[in-house]
Amino acid sequence: MTKLLSVRDLRVGFGNDSKANEVVKGVSFDLASGETLAIVGESGSGKSVTALSINRLVDFGGGRITGGSIVLTRADGTAFDVTGSKEAALRQIRGRDVGMIFQEPMTSLNPVHTIGDQIAEAVRLNSGLRSDAARKAALDVLDRVRIPDAKSRMDYYPHQLSGGMRQRVMIAMALVASPRLLIADEPTTALDVTVQAQILALLAELRAETGMAMIFITHDIGLVAGIADRIMVMQHGVVVEQDETSNVLDNPQHEYTQHLLRAVPHFASGNAVRTDGERVPAREPVVKVDDLVVRFPVGGGWLKPKGAIHAVDGVSFDLVAGETLAIVGESGSGKSTTARAILGLVDKQRGDIAATTGRSKRPIQMVFQDPFASLNPRLDVEALMAEPAIANGQKHDKALRERMAFLLDKVGLPEDALKRYPHQFSGGQRQRLCIARALMLNPDVVVLDEAVSALDVSVQAKVLDLLIDLQHEFRLAYLFISHDMAVVERIAHRVAVMYAGQIVEIGDAKAVLASPQHSYTKRLIAAVPAIERRKQHFAVDVTQVPSLVRPAGYEPPDARWREAGSDHRVRHEDTP
Amino acid sequence: MSRIFASFVRHPSGRIGLVIVSLYIVAAIMGTFGLTPHNPLAMVPIDRLKAPNEAYWFGTDILGRDTFSRLMVGIRQSMIIAFASVACATIAGTIIGLFSAWLGGIWDGVLMRFMDVLLAFPAILLALLIIAIVGPGTITSIAAIGIVYTPIFARVVRGPALSLKQRDFVDAARTFGSTQPYILTRHLLLNLVAPLAVQVTLALAWALLTEAGLSFLGLGTQPPTPSLGLMLAESRNLMPQAPWLMIFPALTIMLGILGFNLAGDALRDILDPRTQRREA
Repeated sequence: MTKLLSVRDLRVGFGNDSKANEVVKGVSFDLASGETLAIVGESGSGKSVTALSINRLVDFGGGRITGGSIVLTRADGTAFDVTGSKEAALRQIRGRDVGMIFQEPMTSLNPVHTIGDQIAEAVRLNSGLRSDAARKAALDVLDRVRIPDAKSRMDYYPHQLSGGMRQRVMIAMALVASPRLLIADEPTTALDVTVQAQILALLAELRAETGMAMIFITHDIGLVAGIADRIMVMQHGVVVEQDETSNVLDNPQHEYTQHLLRAVPHFASGNAVRTDGERVPAREPVVKVDDLVVRFPVGGGWLKPKGAIHAVDGVSFDLVAGETLAIVGESGSGKSTTARAILGLVDKQRGDIAATTGRSKRPIQMVFQDPFASLNPRLDVEALMAEPAIANGQKHDKALRERMAFLLDKVGLPEDALKRYPHQFSGGQRQRLCIARALMLNPDVVVLDEAVSALDVSVQAKVLDLLIDLQHEFRLAYLFISHDMAVVERIAHRVAVMYAGQIVEIGDAKAVLASPQHSYTKRLIAAVPAIERRKQHFAVDVTQVPSLVRPAGYEPPDARWREAGSDHRVRHEDTP
Repeated sequence: MSRIFASFVRHPSGRIGLVIVSLYIVAAIMGTFGLTPHNPLAMVPIDRLKAPNEAYWFGTDILGRDTFSRLMVGIRQSMIIAFASVACATIAGTIIGLFSAWLGGIWDGVLMRFMDVLLAFPAILLALLIIAIVGPGTITSIAAIGIVYTPIFARVVRGPALSLKQRDFVDAARTFGSTQPYILTRHLLLNLVAPLAVQVTLALAWALLTEAGLSFLGLGTQPPTPSLGLMLAESRNLMPQAPWLMIFPALTIMLGILGFNLAGDALRDILDPRTQRREA
């Protein structure tokens, strides 16, 4: 292998005094052609700045390279000094030698041009081809990134494509110039887990086809096992560990790497499910949802909706006390809409939601995803906690304050928290606060809508433990909405898989996670990244989520179910 | 509160604005309690049209009344009208904006289009129209200026209220079964205090100007009560002989507007969460 890139003691600073504000403090690495390097680190570790220095895009963000050298070997074998070159020379490098794709494909594409035009423009700039020839080259490259039906997609605008499709278009634009090095800056962070798997598979295949080298930047060390040859772990602007992928993952030397590996939620394919709380079928459910339907009208003109988004289409399940039902699925599958409909935050078209009103007037309470957005920043904790009680006719008296103190203690917050404001707490503490507030009315059911998704991994584990403890103590039933299979495995007794507004598989957590029956569940579980999956390439899968927009009056065919076990039901798949 | 005051003193132009506004408030209070150097209404024929001197700091007018004392009472008059009208506009505009955002749909359309119609007229013209219908006077001025500035407050409230309405904490409040008045006051209004405070300060400057304009046209404060606009109007014909009669009221108006504008700008900087974060 020939050496492609050599970075020595790179230092990058920001601001007027860039020497004093160094973000990257002496990074060195080499990259051979065809090799993949993963740069792993948390936000602020300097991983993106390091990558942006390689094509000097860092200059446009206010950064200055204050020391060290970056030498790139060009296609003709000459060495190119990146650190000392002028802007005009750098422009020759960008795209042709070093391509780049970013995290958010929507903001990287121009919303007023079709994707065909945007790729054709890249072709024109790079190869000088004109109109028809450029369009043909654009079509070729769209085919190469496996966009189905590429010919008609050429005329689509970015907003008409899904997130995964947009990221493919970005990759196609980078491929136009046949770069010898592709820098991918968190390319899958904004995407769903199955789409993430598709993009990773695509990148791996393209690398094999073209022989390009890749620098893959991510905060998720679990993700890189399948794609990277070498891993470089960064913390506070310095490299703490750099080695072959298997060495770093199996035998981490630095304690920060060990910490990262420990903190990654671990999905064990149903072998680590909870063993407490056997489901007793005879017990009366605390909440029973029957044939829930939520539709949002779209299109049409005055007083005449042309169709409707079938966000939730005939969802039924029940929950008994002390049990957790996890609803898993991707964005757009209708899992959050289901939760919001149960709380009455969106109007349902049809269906029954029957809750026992045993110990509370409001037996169902909710904890939201973002603990920063779900607490009014202008109210202190006492006012925030008192709100549910006051809303239900209680007086703000000594008994109420005692209940607040009791619940704060239960969720592990000090009593003096009552006089503080939300911004004085960390994300994990705020989510504890939200949980305590949801318990103020002594509910039977708590709906947790991605309640731990916004938290750091180590905080996430503690909040999950807290939830399990509270469940035992108060015999709570949880409806746990999540896209994260590892988290679901930890907390769920039962799992319901949602796809395109419908439950496709429901049952005992171990049964569903260990032996998924429905093809979508299989895909979902296969896509979960894991440290064990070394170099195990995913097949490129181009299955698209079907459109949920239906003509007015459309009713889906009745669901037919088959039993796959004592508590495991699978929806029959319609053969199109 | 003390933190905001401290930031005010630190803010360079905010400090100047604060000094001017305080000065005007002190002058207005002294004017109210008759603590003026001379009786503003007393006519001393022997001292007619005196240029500024030791006895009459800003000179006297054609009837021999002390300009400085009249300015103090004029400031009081202008401040009363400005504060009262802005208070009316704030209350009416906030209620309209809040309901418009909360109810949405047809209510939003009707209320905001009505506000757009009011906003389409130049401020002074609309105030003229209202006064022409009702007749001049202090109360009418307050009402007219209040109506003129209501749409601005409605807009300032509606925008953020629309986004606050979508926030998770409002959804959370609904899941507890909180009443609408509770949500509107605790969750929406409380979060609107900062933009409203800025708008109030800036609106005071405009109200001051509009009041002066109305009085100048003879439709605001009626003689013999001194008022800044009225004093300007009276000075018009005497400009060559007694320029101080025009210069001092004009400077008073200008300085007042400048003071409130500087204070408003400073308040906007201080309450802006982005600058707050930078300080923290």
